[in-house]
Amino acid sequence: MTTPAMDFTLTRDAFGHLSLTDAAGERHDHVQVVRAFPIAAPDEGISVLSAEGHELAWITHLNQTDPATRQLIDETLAARDFMPVLKRLKSVSSFATPSTWDVDTDRGPTRFVLRGEENIRRLPDEMLMIADEHGIQYLIRHLPALDAHSRKLLDRFL
Amino acid sequence: MLTNTMATADTASTPLLPDPWHTYLQSALAPDESIEAWLTLDLDDTLRFSDSVLVLTGRQLIACATDGQIAAWPLDATFELHAHDHAGVGSLTLQDDTARRAIWRFTLTQNPAALRFSRRFDQVLDALREGREAGPVPAVLCAQCQAPLPPDEDDCPACSGSIDQPPSTWTLFRLWRFARPYKGQLLLGFLLTLAATGATLVPPYLTMPLMDNVLIPYQNGQQIDTSLVVLYLGGLLGSAVVAWGLGWARTYILALFSERIGADLRTTTYDHLLRQSLEYFGNKRTGDLMARISSETDRICVFLSLHALDFATDVLMIIMTAIILASINPWLALVTLVPLPFIAWLIHLVRDRLRTGFDKTGRVWGEITSVLADTIPGIRVVKAFAQEKRESQRFREANRVNLEANDKLNRVWSVFSPTVALLTEVGLLVVWAFGIWQVANNDITVGVLTAFLAYIGRFYGRLDSMSRIVSVTQKAAAGAKRVFDILDHASSVPEPTNPVHLKGVQGQITLANVGFRYGNRAVLRDVDLVIQPGEMVGLVGHSGSGKSTLVNLMCRFYDVSEGAIRIDGTDVRSVPVAEYRQHIGLVLQEPFLFFGTIAENIAYGRPDASRDEIVAAARAAHAHEFILRLPQGYDSLVGERGQGLSGGERQRISIARALLIDPKILILDEATSSVDTETEKEIQKALDNLVRGRTTIAIAHRLSTLRKANRLVVMDRGRIVEEGDHDTLIERGGFYWRLYEAQQRQVEGEVLTPTITPAMPSAHTAGIAAEPALK
Ligand SMILES: Nc1ncnc2c1ncn2[C@@H]1O[C@H](COP(=O)(O)OP(=O)(O)OP(=O)(O)O)[C@@H](O)[C@H]1O
Ligand SMILES: [Mg+2]
Repeated sequence: MTTPAMDFTLTRDAFGHLSLTDAAGERHDHVQVVRAFPIAAPDEGISVLSAEGHELAWITHLNQTDPATRQLIDETLAARDFMPVLKRLKSVSSFATPSTWDVDTDRGPTRFVLRGEENIRRLPDEMLMIADEHGIQYLIRHLPALDAHSRKLLDRFL
Repeated sequence: MLTNTMATADTASTPLLPDPWHTYLQSALAPDESIEAWLTLDLDDTLRFSDSVLVLTGRQLIACATDGQIAAWPLDATFELHAHDHAGVGSLTLQDDTARRAIWRFTLTQNPAALRFSRRFDQVLDALREGREAGPVPAVLCAQCQAPLPPDEDDCPACSGSIDQPPSTWTLFRLWRFARPYKGQLLLGFLLTLAATGATLVPPYLTMPLMDNVLIPYQNGQQIDTSLVVLYLGGLLGSAVVAWGLGWARTYILALFSERIGADLRTTTYDHLLRQSLEYFGNKRTGDLMARISSETDRICVFLSLHALDFATDVLMIIMTAIILASINPWLALVTLVPLPFIAWLIHLVRDRLRTGFDKTGRVWGEITSVLADTIPGIRVVKAFAQEKRESQRFREANRVNLEANDKLNRVWSVFSPTVALLTEVGLLVVWAFGIWQVANNDITVGVLTAFLAYIGRFYGRLDSMSRIVSVTQKAAAGAKRVFDILDHASSVPEPTNPVHLKGVQGQITLANVGFRYGNRAVLRDVDLVIQPGEMVGLVGHSGSGKSTLVNLMCRFYDVSEGAIRIDGTDVRSVPVAEYRQHIGLVLQEPFLFFGTIAENIAYGRPDASRDEIVAAARAAHAHEFILRLPQGYDSLVGERGQGLSGGERQRISIARALLIDPKILILDEATSSVDTETEKEIQKALDNLVRGRTTIAIAHRLSTLRKANRLVVMDRGRIVEEGDHDTLIERGGFYWRLYEAQQRQVEGEVLTPTITPAMPSAHTAGIAAEPALK
């Protein structure tokens, strides 16, 4: 697929805010870049929203952007999307909730408190989303791919 | 140098830096430099979990990384620190007037601390700009959430009670709490059990003399002593009759007792559930909650009435048998006990598996009921989109998971029982062998061996049934755990520990710096609003701007995440919830009618209201006439969710409901959104009279509804963006003006092409509509 010409440019100012200049040459400050499907398809459907929350641009796929823009978007999204992926459950404080979980994630080891079993949600394709008491969401990409120990612990809550 | 700090800053909130940060920072601080605030950051730049600290002194901002690396920014009058959060990650940005200088990130766990830090930063910088000392940290704020503490209270009403402890595993014993009121019955039941068990142990004992004194002598050529036979047989019959009578009394008493416990458990759990906040209900699935309260409590009840009783009997029986056996012949008794350790070991082996298995089946069962609870109320949508197949598939899937869980469990279980049976058979064999050997050695008589075998038959039989109880016990324990899960959940809208009682509410509502999030989603930010007693405030703004949320907070359906809401100057969190809500009349966006008559529904908030009062409230809400058109008038039954009434009719009933309690504060969330303009005007007229003297907060999309409002508050994406009366706001030409203009255009359009307004319910349609509910 050829890269279609983007009809806007993104820039970052000294304050770290993004600005978008659209095809008509109009400049929008403090724009936000968000993913439409952060879990299901992180690289597809990127939207640029104005400070008022209106959509300014839609990017069907990240690979349709030029390298500079892509880097800008990647950086912004990296600092914005926080959904640690659970790699391993080391231990749980109890099988009754609330329970403190000691885990390894793709963002390093941490621990969190699970309020109740209902905070573990099943997503399609054996994916699990676990929300801790502060609303941080941990993702398990593929349940069968976890090691046996983690699965055994987890099974007590499912 | 840190002790120095103690002297200058306020002791109550002096930040004492823990190690290793303390050590790392030594070199960066001047000897007389005091720490004003510090904050643990649990994320690094790349959003990986890693601890570091941010320290504010009177002169500089210092970031100290995990490895002790230090970066410092000498304070400058142009500095600003901005807190922001998104999707669970908070950030603090340091910038001056030309560029961003640094950004730090943390999880929301640290958010209250970060806000405190940033506030302190502002205070310090303000002082710096004015060239004075930053005063002590104001100590009246809650250290955890910045909410001002109510006078005479140490615990912050927002934070106390938020610390949970996991429930212990010996959950079944916690049922004692419910058994305590029935101590007397329980004791009586126990004594009866003891006596009944004793009575059943008499017959085998009698076989011993029967054998040794009657049968064996006869075999050896002596005459049968008839009187002895009569005596022994009489004893056998007598003990059987006594055992029957005692068994009956004990079963009856204990069954009564366990039913009572079950009922108490159920009602207590339900009561507790009702006290939970909306947040709790929002997170739970209805079906699961229903399963817990109905079937789990029932399971516990059955356990108590049947199995726990059997178990107690079995234990007694085994102990008594063991004593009797030992008293007859200790050696033989010892041999009989051989299989016991094996069985104990086996029980231990499977117990955990069974419990987790049953716990799981309980959860899966909740899932099945959840599917039902989801689909049945939503049946219209299911049918409208022809998704019956899909829903059926979902139900099938839930059942499949249930089967799977049960199959796994049954695999363990099916091995267990036969194994115990095998062990007992082997035990019996050992006793026979050992017994014959002893008889041959003339150590015991044949009678003794027969008695032993008779006892052992029972003994092992009991062991077998005891092992069966492992399963029910684990089932009940799993059920108890799920019930106690509800009971242990402290409401997130906690009752205050030292309640403040409101005397004569004026109706002034103050929102101070209110922030609120659903989970990690910040919905309200920095909302400051003072509503005077008797004032009518209209809340307007786009859909999703947080109007209903604000109202939910005012009703204390949720508690604020930051800041405070005060009524007449008292924090609402320090007022008992029920007492507070008495003063609030609420009409919701989605009106809900309970199963019952219309009169009962109107009088829901004040069941003692007289008929006249009910009618007056209905008149005021313009519900009177349509109610009269129903075949049974005020006695018409309305069903689940008010089926059989139109949306507008339901709304008017809920307005009447709110008016009847004569509240000081009236909250109307889109109260008239589903009635036609004509009816709305009429209700409006009625409301105009009624809002007089009450603090009223009205939300409406149709801006014309809010003509009478003293003040309009315009919200946008969780913030208040404009405030003032209609004319001022129109003049300003801002947000409100745009909303208004858009609606005006629409109204003009409507005049040209009249849209179909929901018709006033005619007697005919209303009659039909009411019918389903009457069946
Ligand atoms: N229970 C909830 N959990 C999570 N987010 C919620 C919940 N209720 C509302 N929200 C979100 O909070 C925001 C504000 O919702 P709110 O109901 O207060 O809007 P509103 O101003 O009353 O809108 P409307 O005019 O449509 O009634 C919305 O973005 C909504 O998605
Ligand atoms: Mg709303």
